[in-house]
Amino acid sequence: MKRLAALLPIIVIALHAHAEGTLTVVNFGGANGTAQKKAYYEPFEKLAGVKILPVEYNGEQAKVKAMVETGKVTWDVIEAESADLDRGCDEGLYEKLDWNRIGPKSDFLPAAVHDCGIGIFVWSTVLAYDANRLKDPPKSWADFWDVKRFPGKRALRKNARFNLEFALMADGVKPAEVYKVLATKDGVERAFRKLAELRPHLQWWEAGAQPPQFLVAGDVVMASAYNGRIDAAQREGRNLAIAWAGGIYDIDYWAIPKGTPNRDLATRYIAFAVGPDAQAEFARLISYGPTATKALTKLDAKTLAQLPSAPANAKDALKFDYRFWSDHGEAMEKRFNAWVTQ
Amino acid sequence: MEAVADTMVDVRAALRRDARRRTATALLLVLPLALFLLLTFLVPIGALLWRAVDNPEIARAVPRTVAALARWDAESPAPDAAYAAFVADLLALREQTDAGMLARRLNTEVGGARSLVMNAWRAQPLPATGDAAAVRAQLIALDPRWEEPWIWQAIAKNGARLTPDYLLAAVDLKRTTDGSIVTMDADRSAFRRILARTFGIAAIVTAITLVLAYPLAWWLSTMAPRRANVLLIIVLVPFWTSILVRVAAWIVLLQSGGLVNQTLRGIGLIDEPLALLFNRTGVVIAMVHILLPFMVLPLYSVMKSIPREYVRAAVSLGSHPLAAFVRVYVPQTYAGVAAGGLLVFILAIGYYVTPALLGGPEDQMLSYSVAQYANVHLDWGMACALGSVLLAATLVLYAVYRRFARMEPALA
Amino acid sequence: MKSNAIEAPWERIGHFAVRALCVGVLAFLLLPIVAIVPLSFSSSSFLVYPVPDWSLRWYRELVESAEWIRAAQNSFIVAPAATLIATVLGTMAAVGLARVRFRGKDALLSVLIAPMIVPIVVVGVGTYLFFARFGLTDSYAGLILVHAALGTPFVLTTVSATLQGFDHNLVRASASLGAAPLETFRRVTLPLIAPGVISGALFAFATSFDEVVVTLFLAGPAQVTLPRQMFTGIRENITPVIAAVATLLIVFTTALMLALEWLRGRRATVAR
Repeated sequence: MKRLAALLPIIVIALHAHAEGTLTVVNFGGANGTAQKKAYYEPFEKLAGVKILPVEYNGEQAKVKAMVETGKVTWDVIEAESADLDRGCDEGLYEKLDWNRIGPKSDFLPAAVHDCGIGIFVWSTVLAYDANRLKDPPKSWADFWDVKRFPGKRALRKNARFNLEFALMADGVKPAEVYKVLATKDGVERAFRKLAELRPHLQWWEAGAQPPQFLVAGDVVMASAYNGRIDAAQREGRNLAIAWAGGIYDIDYWAIPKGTPNRDLATRYIAFAVGPDAQAEFARLISYGPTATKALTKLDAKTLAQLPSAPANAKDALKFDYRFWSDHGEAMEKRFNAWVTQ
Repeated sequence: MEAVADTMVDVRAALRRDARRRTATALLLVLPLALFLLLTFLVPIGALLWRAVDNPEIARAVPRTVAALARWDAESPAPDAAYAAFVADLLALREQTDAGMLARRLNTEVGGARSLVMNAWRAQPLPATGDAAAVRAQLIALDPRWEEPWIWQAIAKNGARLTPDYLLAAVDLKRTTDGSIVTMDADRSAFRRILARTFGIAAIVTAITLVLAYPLAWWLSTMAPRRANVLLIIVLVPFWTSILVRVAAWIVLLQSGGLVNQTLRGIGLIDEPLALLFNRTGVVIAMVHILLPFMVLPLYSVMKSIPREYVRAAVSLGSHPLAAFVRVYVPQTYAGVAAGGLLVFILAIGYYVTPALLGGPEDQMLSYSVAQYANVHLDWGMACALGSVLLAATLVLYAVYRRFARMEPALA
Repeated sequence: MKSNAIEAPWERIGHFAVRALCVGVLAFLLLPIVAIVPLSFSSSSFLVYPVPDWSLRWYRELVESAEWIRAAQNSFIVAPAATLIATVLGTMAAVGLARVRFRGKDALLSVLIAPMIVPIVVVGVGTYLFFARFGLTDSYAGLILVHAALGTPFVLTTVSATLQGFDHNLVRASASLGAAPLETFRRVTLPLIAPGVISGALFAFATSFDEVVVTLFLAGPAQVTLPRQMFTGIRENITPVIAAVATLLIVFTTALMLALEWLRGRRATVAR
């Protein structure tokens, strides 16, 4: 017992070991996290002489909300999806950005500018497949639903977001009409019916790293996937391919949870990370499109062609409507959850 | 004589004093643990139960509106006074955050409420605020949805500080606008099914562990203690090994290219790999593996104390050994069966990690829904209501267990 | 007599079947855990047999990974601290409850044992809601307190079990020789119940060391523990690094368990 008691001071010291001068940056992990580390964290650590503590998450806003409400904010900068950023900004989860320190808004894509956030990159959720196994490539979500022509399992992200849109497109709705249809009661029923049709052939994923794994392991023949993760697998020599038509593109944002003690450092970090050089470097590491217009001029044609924002790729794609999901996301997700756990 | 009687009274009093002092000392020694558990365990559970009925958001944010709607019949158009009160409430909200919270809460009731409320907030102050009818016209001009009754129904229904709605929803019931309680639509409800599944999986796991543990415990009880102890270590290895290590091990074994499928293919039993992972099979196998020691040990401790003579006597009296075993031996083990079975069942209904990592969405149990509502939907009321249901089920079973088993659920 | 001739072979077959089943069950308990070990020494980045070549690359990756090192450090901060609290409080309560009877003792015991029984998700959500008010979420202190609470029933039950065979005349003898109660406890009671205390402490340690659900709710990025890190790893990207961690944990817990068995052996001798 005495020896244990002697340990106490050591424990107390260890409790205070969380050093000053660290910035906790929260990202979506996997290849995206790795690219952020190289393009953003490491250079910034050198520049500012601080340590960056990377944390992975899958976009859950619960932690952010809890931290802000209890006033104990340990996340300093987070990567947020557009719907979450918009909602979180309304509910006071995020600080208003100090645009004077970040740069003129005109340097960025208009959609990348928000009161509480600035776009990190343009990404897309696309149809991906193993090109070694599917010699006759699928071209659309209708093909994704066609289990006769393409037998085998498919993987979709385990939530309502994107899947309802994909289901409607597979059911013949044009990309431009998708959100109009989804805003009606019948449209929602139609989307769920179409999803149910494919259900016996589905395997769900939750983390962005999973779809390429499933494809490589041969568990599924097709999957919805973040385009950058497929790009990362291609760089590792996997013959995975993307059908860009019907992809849903969106922007991820940097945001600062309200009440972080490191707000100043967080703003410095964001100002650095949205600079054209850092963004161009990021796009070279993973094929997500820069939001700084100047960064595009620093990229070669080959890299540009891989980005979701490349004209050829964006032609038949759908812009994610975060306003629709802000309003109806909760009801849709709960209904999806009731359905998927049946 | 008197002196003796006095002494006896003295002794008795001294004994009583001593007993009282001993009890006092005992309670003093227990007190720190009791207080500790009160603060780190009991009060937190109380907080969970409270949060399952707590409904502060609307009553706090729009008290005037709630009052104005108090006598509304929930069918006719909302009174002009409610519009005026709502605008007054919005003006009284100090921060955007407060409006955001109101919008979030209402949006959990009806989809679309978020943008409706936030747009009204951003439009403040409205040009004319004096006349209630004018305020109403302005709000409707801002967004025609303000004319519809649903947003007002949602506010009126949630005006009270306490609500039964979360608990009702946790068993697939809901209150209608007129206050009657009805079953939820089939495509929205899930929890009865998940509750039934939770009990179903726990029952299957309990049955399998019993079938596997019973012979093993019997065999161990017939051995010399030294040998039995060595084999008991093997039983305890999984108990000591981290659950996550075991989950990882089962993934390695059960995946489509895993050892089990390789072996079955190798000996020609199957041509195509069996799906053993991310479905019910994987969950049940891993749960049985984890819970088996909790069945073996109570059975073993009961069986060890059963004298062999009875069965032998029955056999020597001409009974068939199997019949003697079933009629004479098995009844004496019922206490162990009840203890082990209840313990395994109780532990199984609370499982989260194993189904989450080894099961598909169709294999998730109640704990998963609790975590899902807390972490993904940010709906703490619902998470706590589901947690309360799970807790209630557990406590009922625990009470039965305490009555039945008369022993602590210890492995030591 | 006559029945024996018919039943003997039956019985023999029966016994053989039971024994085969039992060996099967023991194999089921042990083999899965053993099966993951060789994969941690594989040179391949896939977790499948056969192992193409042996290598220590995953262990190298492990020790070079800041995340895993941090997780290990956190586990070795939280678990010992939780164990210390659980052991002190649990032992005190067990000694207190050992010799007295009073109304409500059974109810009190039910409550003290409850942390073993209440679904862990309920504990996670509840402590989260309550601790948030005191800033104990995202902190070592909060995590340690809850882990300690989860460990106390193990200490209580193991120490109580040891105290059942305890001869209280020794305490009386010590007192009658003039020793103060605390001294009696330190010099008489404690040495005798030490094996129970230590095995209770080991159980409490294992409880905290393996806990992931409360950690999921309560811990912040700075308090990620080994099981928490494994949870993310398994859910998102299972690599041989996980197998390497698993192997190290198996070695570690086996050592703990052998220590416990050794103590039990010693306790048996003491009792004799």
